[in-house]
Amino acid sequence: MSRLGNLGARLYRGEVGYDFIGKRKIWYGVSILITITAILGLAVSGLNMGIEFKGGAVFTTDTKAKVSVSQAHEDAVAASGHEAIVQELGNGGLRIQITEVDTKKADQIKAQLSEDLGIPEAKINADLVGPSWGEQIANKAWAGLGIFMVLVVVYLAIAFEWRMAVAALIALIHDITITVGVYALVGFEVTPGTVIGLLTILGYSLYDTVVVFDSLKEGTQGITKQTRWTYSEIANRSINGTLVRSINTTVVALLPVAGLLFIGGGVLGAGMLNDISLSLFVGLAAGAYSSIFIATPLVADLKEREPQIKALKKRILAKRAAAAAKGESAEDERDDLTDDLTEPAGAVVGQRRQPGGHGRTPRNRR
Amino acid sequence: MVALTGGMFLSGHTTPRLGIDLAGGTSITLKAKSQPGKPEAINETNMNTAVSIIERRVNGLGVSEAEVQTQGASNIIVNIPKGTNSAQAREQVGTTAQLYFRPVLTVAGGAPTPEGSASPSATGSGKPSATPSAKASDPETASDPKATPSDGATTQGRAVTGALKKDATPTPSGAAESDAPAATETPDAATAALQKKFTELDCTDKAARAAAGDGVKPEDPTVACSSEGDAKYLLGPAEVSGTDVDDAKAQFDQQRGIWLVSMEFTDKGSKKFQTITKKLSTQQSPANQFAISLDGEVVSAPQVNETLSGSAEISGSFTQQSAEDLANVLSYGALPLSFSEDTVTTVTAALGGEQLEAGLIAGAIGLALVVIYLVAYYRGLALIALLSLVASGILTYTIMALLGPAIGFALNLPAVCGAIVAIGITADSFIVYFERIRDEIREGRTLRPAVERAWPRARRTILVSDFVSFLAAAVLFLVTVGKVQGFAFTLGLTTLLDVVVVFLFTKPVMTLMARTKFFGGGHPWSGLDPKRLGAKPPLRRSRRVNARTDHPKEA
Repeated sequence: MSRLGNLGARLYRGEVGYDFIGKRKIWYGVSILITITAILGLAVSGLNMGIEFKGGAVFTTDTKAKVSVSQAHEDAVAASGHEAIVQELGNGGLRIQITEVDTKKADQIKAQLSEDLGIPEAKINADLVGPSWGEQIANKAWAGLGIFMVLVVVYLAIAFEWRMAVAALIALIHDITITVGVYALVGFEVTPGTVIGLLTILGYSLYDTVVVFDSLKEGTQGITKQTRWTYSEIANRSINGTLVRSINTTVVALLPVAGLLFIGGGVLGAGMLNDISLSLFVGLAAGAYSSIFIATPLVADLKEREPQIKALKKRILAKRAAAAAKGESAEDERDDLTDDLTEPAGAVVGQRRQPGGHGRTPRNRR
Repeated sequence: MVALTGGMFLSGHTTPRLGIDLAGGTSITLKAKSQPGKPEAINETNMNTAVSIIERRVNGLGVSEAEVQTQGASNIIVNIPKGTNSAQAREQVGTTAQLYFRPVLTVAGGAPTPEGSASPSATGSGKPSATPSAKASDPETASDPKATPSDGATTQGRAVTGALKKDATPTPSGAAESDAPAATETPDAATAALQKKFTELDCTDKAARAAAGDGVKPEDPTVACSSEGDAKYLLGPAEVSGTDVDDAKAQFDQQRGIWLVSMEFTDKGSKKFQTITKKLSTQQSPANQFAISLDGEVVSAPQVNETLSGSAEISGSFTQQSAEDLANVLSYGALPLSFSEDTVTTVTAALGGEQLEAGLIAGAIGLALVVIYLVAYYRGLALIALLSLVASGILTYTIMALLGPAIGFALNLPAVCGAIVAIGITADSFIVYFERIRDEIREGRTLRPAVERAWPRARRTILVSDFVSFLAAAVLFLVTVGKVQGFAFTLGLTTLLDVVVVFLFTKPVMTLMARTKFFGGGHPWSGLDPKRLGAKPPLRRSRRVNARTDHPKEA
């Protein structure tokens, strides 16, 4: 704990830190690689759509059936005339999934199964889905996704600036692509639960990104009035300063989801809980990664193209070169210059307007 | 919060209503399809009409507490709780409503007609049906329980018809008489059987009422009950069907100061309607009535006083409500919608209970893990976080319990998931705040000013990030259907509550705690120990700097 606390403090002061911005190209590369893999996976193996999207029936029994899984499979195929997937659940019950039957026929199948399996009809759960339902859900989800993205970009553009909005959007698309890719590659079944999880990631991924941006915004106030740090450097400090929070947030968000996943997968077998938590788990992890490694470096990249910021960087680099030539004597001068700057080290703290003297600023520490 | 919790106990709804997937039962999603050529048929008015009709049908089965509601633009959800005959309910829900205009042959009270009952004519409604200005009027005979004793039992086919014709006087009564202008073609045996059925029909029994007209073709005469169950009818073959109605609406007649229902017929419909009204208007009461029967139940039986065609008005002692109801029923016949079953989910009570339990266990595990993590990392501060989580939990629970009766909110599995996921969002607000406080302490401040200085900044971050989260939930809620909506609702609700709790609970508690010795003094277990946090010793030091230590690497 104390070591962790110290690490937090040192991160905060910028004594230690990972150069996220400097190494951004590597991470961009990693992300592009993952994204390409995801898209390839999607193209090659496609998504394993659940019956909610294809139409069909799922029957679940409460109690242990009198017959074996393979026997149940034969019965199901015989009763429906279609291929069936039979799974045994944690509680001993069976889950029988039959695709491409309509809701009318499903009733007959249910009756037949009840007879074959020796389980009264009242003890069989049935989930019957018409073929148009999944399409409807999927369409609505796409509509939701589109509307949300537009709103968020508008909001972020107003609250922050358009560059951040663009970066957040890219990070968002990145997260969703990765999650979908994982689904395609691993072959998890896509159900409305998955869609719910996926759509929630929208909110969560941005939530994380917004917190980092918030501190970045604070840190870069009045950036053009100083000549000590470039935008990228400040951005890097912002990430490092909020790193502890980002990690804590992600862990705290993942823990309940892990609880869901454990219970959903371990105890209930397949089901809504499992579907939601699985996609959330993948998406949350991707979201935390992207807000640190993708979103903020992207903002820095975009920012550095701005003429003002470009000029600033030029000035700073020239100054540093000069300082290096002059050697140690530059120190004092540089320190004086920073007095009117809003405290780059306070990226996390920000807004503090007092002169940086009197031992308040971390860099004044000896 | 106390007020809310108090309110919950006062209202007597101390548990949230459970959805079908947690309580067991059958849930059916219907999708409306507009009929060809009427693309704009799926609109709010039509959907609401359809909901009220389906509700009438499902509850007519004796199902208690079935709920029918629209969802999204074109879906209707029918939830039937466990313990009812879901197969029958599904049948009812799946079929299209059938609205017919049939001539009334005989009317009697709702109970099985006593043999040889005496009074030749009941008191009827007493409403003068012969209002000259009214084109057609509803004497409300059907709904008047006083009409019960009648001589309907003795009426037998044609012979009696003749007798009654002579017997009938133009009194404004509407009780038990009969006439069978249309039944003349039917064989006597069938007529007798129908008579028997009519005699035995017990409209006070809900199930019998619903079953009264089962399996009868529109072109055959039938028996039917009034929808209130207080009168029964022997009806002739359907002359006009619901699809012949073009439009119907409730109107307030300024001149007469009464509510009435006006109908418009289609071209084909107005010809048929002309024929039937021409025939009926020459008859004596009650044979001059036509019954508006919906799914085999008579919703209204107005008298006809003259030949009508393209449009008609039904007047009577309508209230605004009853006029609108009737108009709804009439326009449903004209509703250019058909419904298909999109999903049918049957959950046994056992599985429902299991899922609820699993959800709760998952929540408990998640919460426990979060608490362990917070204690490990934030030590004493975790206490405040925990208190805030509990406060937030109580608020969420209370509001869910209250929303059950208020807006029909039912807690389903995705909603439980949403609540569990929300633990993370709520806890994050504390983390943002705590980290800010720690940053301030690292700056060398003592706790009390640190708490106050950290707040405005943390507040902004919390608001901005919660707004984004809420936006996501709101968009999800508005554009999606089915299970996704339940999830979005809880997520949005808990996000809002998170803001409330952080502002009104966590911050004040934090301020109070900062005054205690344990936290204020930076006890090692408080999570705010300046030494552990690596705060610099407070003080005025020289401004000389060792800039190298924090010089960020070149970008």
